[in-house]
Amino acid sequence: MAAKKQSGSGRLSVAKTYKIYINGKFPRTESGRYFTLEDKRGAVIANVCRGSRKDFRNAVVAARKAQPGWAKASAYLRGQILYRIAEMLEGRREQFISELVLQGATARAADKEVDASIDRLIYFAGWADKYQQVFSAVNPVSSSHFNFSILEPTGVVSMLAPNDSGLLGLISNIAPTIVGGNTCVVLASETLPLSAVSFAEVLHASDVPAGVVNILTGYRDELTGQFASHMDVNAVVYCDGGRKVARSVQEAAADNIKHVIARTKTDWASDSAQHPYLIRDTQEVKTTWHPIGV
Amino acid sequence: MSLTAVEATKRLPDLSRVPAVDEVGVNERVGRFTSRSIKTASKIEALQLILSMIDLTTLEGQDTPGKVRQLCQKAIHLHDALPGLPHVAAVCVYPTMVGVAKEALGDRDINIASVATAFPSGQAPLSVKLEDTRMAVDAGANEIDMVISRGEFLAGQYGHVFDEIVAIKEACGDAHLKVILETGELGTLDRVRRASVLAMHAGADFIKTSTGKIQPAATMQVTLVMLQAIRDFYYETGRMVGMKPAGGISSAKLAVHYLVMLRETLGNAWMTPEWFRFGASSLANDVLMQLQKQATGVYQSADYFSKD
Amino acid sequence: MATPENKLAFDDGWQYSPAPESTDHIKVKKRYGLFIDGNFLAPEKGRYFDTINPATEEKLSRVALASEADVDKAVKAARKAYGKWSRIKPAERGKYIYRIARIMQERAREFAAIESLDGGKPIRESRDIDVPLAAAHFFYYAGWADKLEYAFPGRKVRPLGVAGQVIPWNFPLLMAAWKLAPALACGNTVVLKPAETTPLTALKLAEVVRDAGLPDGVVNIVTGAGETGAAVVGHPGVDKVAFTGSTEVGRVIMKALAGTGKKYTLELGGKAANIVFADAAIDQAVEGIVNGIFFNQGHVCCAGSRLFVQESVADEVIQKLKDRMETLIVGDPLDKNTDIGAINSARQLETIERYLAIGQEEGGTMYQSSCKVPKEGYWCRPTIFTGVSQSNRVVQEEIFGPVLAIQTFRTFDEALTKANNTPYGLSGGVWTDKGAKIFRMTQSVRAGVIWANTFNKFDPTSPFGGYKESGVGREGGLHGLDAYLRLEA
Repeated sequence: MAAKKQSGSGRLSVAKTYKIYINGKFPRTESGRYFTLEDKRGAVIANVCRGSRKDFRNAVVAARKAQPGWAKASAYLRGQILYRIAEMLEGRREQFISELVLQGATARAADKEVDASIDRLIYFAGWADKYQQVFSAVNPVSSSHFNFSILEPTGVVSMLAPNDSGLLGLISNIAPTIVGGNTCVVLASETLPLSAVSFAEVLHASDVPAGVVNILTGYRDELTGQFASHMDVNAVVYCDGGRKVARSVQEAAADNIKHVIARTKTDWASDSAQHPYLIRDTQEVKTTWHPIGV
Repeated sequence: MSLTAVEATKRLPDLSRVPAVDEVGVNERVGRFTSRSIKTASKIEALQLILSMIDLTTLEGQDTPGKVRQLCQKAIHLHDALPGLPHVAAVCVYPTMVGVAKEALGDRDINIASVATAFPSGQAPLSVKLEDTRMAVDAGANEIDMVISRGEFLAGQYGHVFDEIVAIKEACGDAHLKVILETGELGTLDRVRRASVLAMHAGADFIKTSTGKIQPAATMQVTLVMLQAIRDFYYETGRMVGMKPAGGISSAKLAVHYLVMLRETLGNAWMTPEWFRFGASSLANDVLMQLQKQATGVYQSADYFSKD
Repeated sequence: MATPENKLAFDDGWQYSPAPESTDHIKVKKRYGLFIDGNFLAPEKGRYFDTINPATEEKLSRVALASEADVDKAVKAARKAYGKWSRIKPAERGKYIYRIARIMQERAREFAAIESLDGGKPIRESRDIDVPLAAAHFFYYAGWADKLEYAFPGRKVRPLGVAGQVIPWNFPLLMAAWKLAPALACGNTVVLKPAETTPLTALKLAEVVRDAGLPDGVVNIVTGAGETGAAVVGHPGVDKVAFTGSTEVGRVIMKALAGTGKKYTLELGGKAANIVFADAAIDQAVEGIVNGIFFNQGHVCCAGSRLFVQESVADEVIQKLKDRMETLIVGDPLDKNTDIGAINSARQLETIERYLAIGQEEGGTMYQSSCKVPKEGYWCRPTIFTGVSQSNRVVQEEIFGPVLAIQTFRTFDEALTKANNTPYGLSGGVWTDKGAKIFRMTQSVRAGVIWANTFNKFDPTSPFGGYKESGVGREGGLHGLDAYLRLEA
């Protein structure tokens, strides 16, 4: 239970419980732990779930289960669903703005971040049925074979979302990952986690199949190793941290030769933070040969 | 297919169960045969074997008794300057020339093959084809090279083609029946494979690629597909069927490639004139030149080898 | 199907006489130094090791063992050369690479013979596959040098710097080409370490690089074993690491690079499924099975080492496979008729033989062709295991030899599930005459290269590389450029 405040009329407002999002459901963390989010003056804003490695494990199971079906969905449908997410977010602009303000943003900055987040979803929605055309190739081999290379989703992606950009940074990482047919488990910003939980509610209302996006809140230090080492995760994306984090992520990722994608030092508000190479990051290139004959 | 050998000669097999053929894969396999390097002793052995497998052929509208006698003379005396040469397996002529050939060859161990069944088009009623066949056999042919009705085959009238072969086989009596598929008119390797299966089940002793009148005639690709059909038929029934590529094999080198293909597809049991023939008119002289070269170390000229 | 009495015989009658490739035209020095900064240098510590012919166990040459100090020297030379090489006109850079391709073509037969001598692979393969493909690879990437901006829409491209490259012994020259050609075309300089057992063609390639007039230090070749490779990978002056080899070593490299920010590509192990449906062109499928597992003695990371045959045609396919195996000629790699050459090293032969024992202990039925093998040298007859399942080690683990594990399946889904039931994902094969089924299968197999109705085909334009534990990144084609460039907005 969080954010106790009273309305002017003397009516006690109903505060929101911030829960995690796994397999299309909103459980509390199985660990029962929480951490307290405070505003600048030290007042409690919310008690946030302190997700555990078991939550992560459950989320990966859900993501793995959802992945083949999501990858098989047509590019057109994936684009439609991303567009739908944007629509839902647009409808809840005010909620997201006030939540960002609650977490310390100015009204103006919050307004801008929500707008940019919606537009970013639209941007990637549009790529759904185009990135394949940009990044595929028909290869003119010398023998009598038809040969082509296409992109395929790498599978399940674990993501450590940017700490300093609770909504836009989160969306900038989730959107290119799922638009390419991957499913993901995301650890929200530790310092700005509320928008992530509310965004999960938007996803939930947007025809995104259960398990495609799973969002945990919790401590970065505690979960990074799990995100990097899980043997049923195909790629790990991390958005913060110096050399030490880089080393620990890659060392742990090496056990199953996981793809390691570093997105540190990115200004997520910049236009240059959106490009189709973010989609490509979590894609595999598959090359197919077939004879040409009678 | 689970037909026994006995049934197989009577019943049209289910051609839809014949395995598909991939052209590119066939080309690649042929590429492996042609990259084999056949040198020294194995080359001499191969060249001699090739000579013994030749059906020395003349099938021209302008054939005369004189021409056929010359051909038979060549069959007997390939190149007497080189001692120890084998003779060819057979001469191959039109039915009207069988008598001439028989007289010319006498009681030598050289077979007389005759094309029949309205060669080369096969466009005649069955009664005419049967008469054609009987006439050749009566005149002394001990091998009959028939053509299948490609039109009927392409039209999907497999039963017709099958029944025709069965009937001709019966008309052959003791003569061996070689069934010419005329692969150049079948269009695809899949059809070559199916026609091979059909012909073998109908009783063919040999299957043969071509009349020599249609291009392409024999190729290593179609021959490989036919050899593989023969192998499968043998696996299934235990009956060996012979193979005769014909038309377009005029160099010793190419003929050696065919032997490599034969060896690696059907094994050693087929590497005799009893089970493999080359239908050719000019191959013999090229083989002879190569043998002479092996013997002397000097490259040869065609001027020194008799044409007929 | 075949009954015992309807068996083909390949063992008597006409056989092929020996047809050895001549070696009088090749030049192999008694001793090779390290190719650093345009010259062959003696190693700092003066240590050398023998490289032998695995077919005869005879010594071919002595090759320098590069220490950390030698690697450091090579990296410094590459660093020094980088400034110039990355800035010369891209079209000119391309022309240097074209020159390499041309000289390799001119000296193709020499390269082929040395490759077969040093590595044991049949001359037919080194002559018809390895060397022509290596030259073609240089040709292909040479042309990219001045066209790179067209490969990555919306991005600017920059070279990375010094590339440290470590290559395996199964395709020594071809792997060197796969590594060098794109690295150079993109404007990087290189320190390359060939495998310990097969250093000679890389050293001959160093001669070609010199003859092509490349600036000193652009290509450096350091020979040695694992420690030399570790020194290349771990050198702080290396900006990019490219490795082809085992997943085990790939893992170690990935860990060693953690936190360094170095870009890396890894081409690792595989255990590819080759799936034959009942409606396949069976004879071509059998040929594909043979190419899939017996090509290059099975020393192929993308080998089709797990065969899945649909039950209704399993007996037929296995019978035909056995007959085909009888016609494979095992022996002298320099004989033009040899199909399967020598196992690359005594150590690799031990590994293979250990797996043959494991396969039998686990209850698999082993069948080997009846061919004769020479007395000296390292040999393994073509081998198949039937009666094995997914839980067998010979099914799960990469053997890297001419050993095929055969399982049967009933349905599409069963084949697909088993095909994907592996930590690897390098390659796969599917054989069927039905187009729709091909696309469903090629879409569903989790692997980087899928051969449909063919197997083990390679081309410079065609990207190669794996999913999952088979690696990171692609080599070949447009997609292979990525490994050697930094993309900027």
